[in-house]
Amino acid sequence: MVKKKDLSKGLPDPSALMDEIMAKYPTKIAKKRMKSFVANDPSEDQEIQANVRTIPGIITQRGCTYAGCKGVVLGPTRDIINLVHGPIGCSFYAWLTRRNQTEVPDGGDNYITYCFSTDMQDENIVFGGEAKLKDAVREAYEIFKPKAIGIFSTCPVGLIGDDVHAVSREMKAELGINIFGFSCEGYRGVSQSAGHHIANNGVFKNVVGNVDRPRAGKFQVNLLGEYNIGGDAFELERLFEEAGMTLLSTFSGNSTIEAMEYSHTADLNMVMCHRSINYIAEMMEEKYGIPWIKVSFIGAEGTAKSLRKAAEFFEDATLTAKVEEIIAREMKKVEAVRTKVLPKTEGKLAMMFVGGSRAHHYQDLFKELNVTTVSAGYEFAHRDDYEGRKVIPDIKIDADTRNIEDLVVEKDDKLFREDLVAKKAAMLNKGYAFSDYEGMMPEMSKNSLVIDDVNHWETEKIIEFYKPDVFCAGIKEKYVVQKHGVPLKQLHSYDYGGPYAGFEGAINFYVEMERMLGTNIWKMVDAPWKSEPEIVGSFAFND
Amino acid sequence: MRKIAIYGKGGIGKSTTTQNTVAGLIEAGKNVLVVGCDPKADSTRLLLGGLAQKTVLDTLREEGEDVELDDVVKPGYGGVRCVESGGPEPGVGCAGRGIITSINLLEQLGAWDEKYKTDYTFYDVLGDVVCGGFAMPIRDGKAEEIYIVVSGEMMAMYAANNICKGIKKYAQAGTVRLGGLICNSRKVDNEREMIEQLAKQIGTQMIHFVPRENMVQRAEINRKTVIEFAPEHPQADEYRALANAIDKNTMFVIPNPLEMDQLEKLLIDFGIVN
Repeated sequence: MVKKKDLSKGLPDPSALMDEIMAKYPTKIAKKRMKSFVANDPSEDQEIQANVRTIPGIITQRGCTYAGCKGVVLGPTRDIINLVHGPIGCSFYAWLTRRNQTEVPDGGDNYITYCFSTDMQDENIVFGGEAKLKDAVREAYEIFKPKAIGIFSTCPVGLIGDDVHAVSREMKAELGINIFGFSCEGYRGVSQSAGHHIANNGVFKNVVGNVDRPRAGKFQVNLLGEYNIGGDAFELERLFEEAGMTLLSTFSGNSTIEAMEYSHTADLNMVMCHRSINYIAEMMEEKYGIPWIKVSFIGAEGTAKSLRKAAEFFEDATLTAKVEEIIAREMKKVEAVRTKVLPKTEGKLAMMFVGGSRAHHYQDLFKELNVTTVSAGYEFAHRDDYEGRKVIPDIKIDADTRNIEDLVVEKDDKLFREDLVAKKAAMLNKGYAFSDYEGMMPEMSKNSLVIDDVNHWETEKIIEFYKPDVFCAGIKEKYVVQKHGVPLKQLHSYDYGGPYAGFEGAINFYVEMERMLGTNIWKMVDAPWKSEPEIVGSFAFND
Repeated sequence: MRKIAIYGKGGIGKSTTTQNTVAGLIEAGKNVLVVGCDPKADSTRLLLGGLAQKTVLDTLREEGEDVELDDVVKPGYGGVRCVESGGPEPGVGCAGRGIITSINLLEQLGAWDEKYKTDYTFYDVLGDVVCGGFAMPIRDGKAEEIYIVVSGEMMAMYAANNICKGIKKYAQAGTVRLGGLICNSRKVDNEREMIEQLAKQIGTQMIHFVPRENMVQRAEINRKTVIEFAPEHPQADEYRALANAIDKNTMFVIPNPLEMDQLEKLLIDFGIVN
């Protein structure tokens, strides 16, 4: 039975732990890694190193640029054929792994269950793969007659110089549907973050604004950076509908390409995952004048706060009243479950190393369960996700970042919403915050340990030090952590659970944590024969 | 078996020199396999009497996995065995990967089986070693001797020096060695002396000085080596001498490539700048 640290006087100073972790590294590496460690002090402006190259040899959590583009941002779309140009493994292992769900109306297209690949062979590397790519596009079109096809470049495509954009243009002209390519070769950036940016650029250039549509509701909003893992988006869609807000388009959980095409007709963009999608929010503001706010629908409190904030923007009494009514009704249900599970969760410790916003958002859910987050960090976030958007002008733009196209966006004279710009100015005067991500660190307790791009060695050391009751990360970490006797909750795929967004989602998460934190099974992880032999025997010698 | 690769600046005359030298070895009774490693597939034209060769990669594409050695190895002048690796059109795909694929295939098909009693394998590689694929013939002990074709022109010497850097890299980890420089004369002033000096500074030798001679062109137009087209011509003797020098060669070194300023000094000393 592990002895817990006494946290009644706050979290312990992690400095000694940090030194112990660094002591194992060569000097130069220790110096670099140390910059990605912060003993948090919310009363100060602290700088953390993020979005820099992982040191070779270190077992990182990170994924590749292709994973960020195809897997994260475009993967959840249901009626775009996501065709991977590359060897088969890149497609197969990026297929359905994040449990993005979708609800298809009768007669609607759904390609999520399919895996499309050009299955590049040696011959296509030597002689170029463009011809095979064209054949694949034609074949996919013949069979499915989709509205759109996205083409994703894997590593070899960039090496041999296949031009997926030229192929896209040619096929678009030939087949008459929207076809667009992404130069998202795995090695393009330091992590999957580069892939998010490339995906944002591609979707903005080729999809957003293609269809103009008359207004369908009084309050039109988009939800950005919600990927419908385990059904999260379904929860939120229900809430918006009941409140009377028209959710035009979600990027990209349970989405349709058509909705993305008219997403520029919204009045407000709500950004969930700041890291993966802020680019589109920024570009839509520049081009169409649509302001954006940061929201989080993870945690009941966060959901209530975000709903209120969205309603506040529209300054409409009926909407506000409806939102308050929903919150009151839902919070009652949430509170009943919360009170019930608290005895099992209260005082427990959590740590989470995941994503570019989840490690932040899920702290709110844990707070509601009186669980302390002792350590947290992101896989692929940038400094602004830790320290807040105020540091953006100070972020050093390195060569790796310059490798990704930065779109030059111009105001659309015809569609630009001067009324929204005026509204934004008026609201700002009243103290309403736009483009307002404060980052994770200011919301974490003093002396909590913040680590960017944590690796296996560091993971093991912090588990040893804090002895957390639950660890949140992904499948690559799951079993290593569990071998230390600590349950791991996957926040990429939710294991087999979810939804965890919205009020219903919060309830689901509470129950899941009651289950994970309430069991003693993890204390029995050590094999019994390690402490006592299974069979006792002795040597018998002839006297 | 001696395994030889010929490198040199593009257009310097690698393929012509290789084929004429091979003809000299054939004449001397040697059993030779020539592997063209240029996507243009023109490394065996003079030995086969034209571009009669279907490349390994084309065969692989058309026949699928069912490729026989006879599909890709064609007999030429005096029984020389000729292979063209082939490759993509310019600007497409990856020619380097193509060379790796085709050499691997030749090995799997048993192109070097005992029964062929191969005395020499020549790899004729295109221009500069632009990427890992073109270094394939000098990796993993595939070729063990390198000869660099060079002339007294500055860029040819610069390229030769660069190739030495590649050889040095692989030599330190493997068995490949530099056998010498072949000077394919461009009638530059003091050319012989300058290349001899370059060779000396790199730590190798100028194994032969091939004079410039129009007969080479005439033979080429007739799709033949000089030895086949005009066996009595003095130029044929030059190639015989080169073949003999390679056959007798015992000087195999890890090259010591020059720094840029050393190379420039060499050019100044031999009056090229004046």
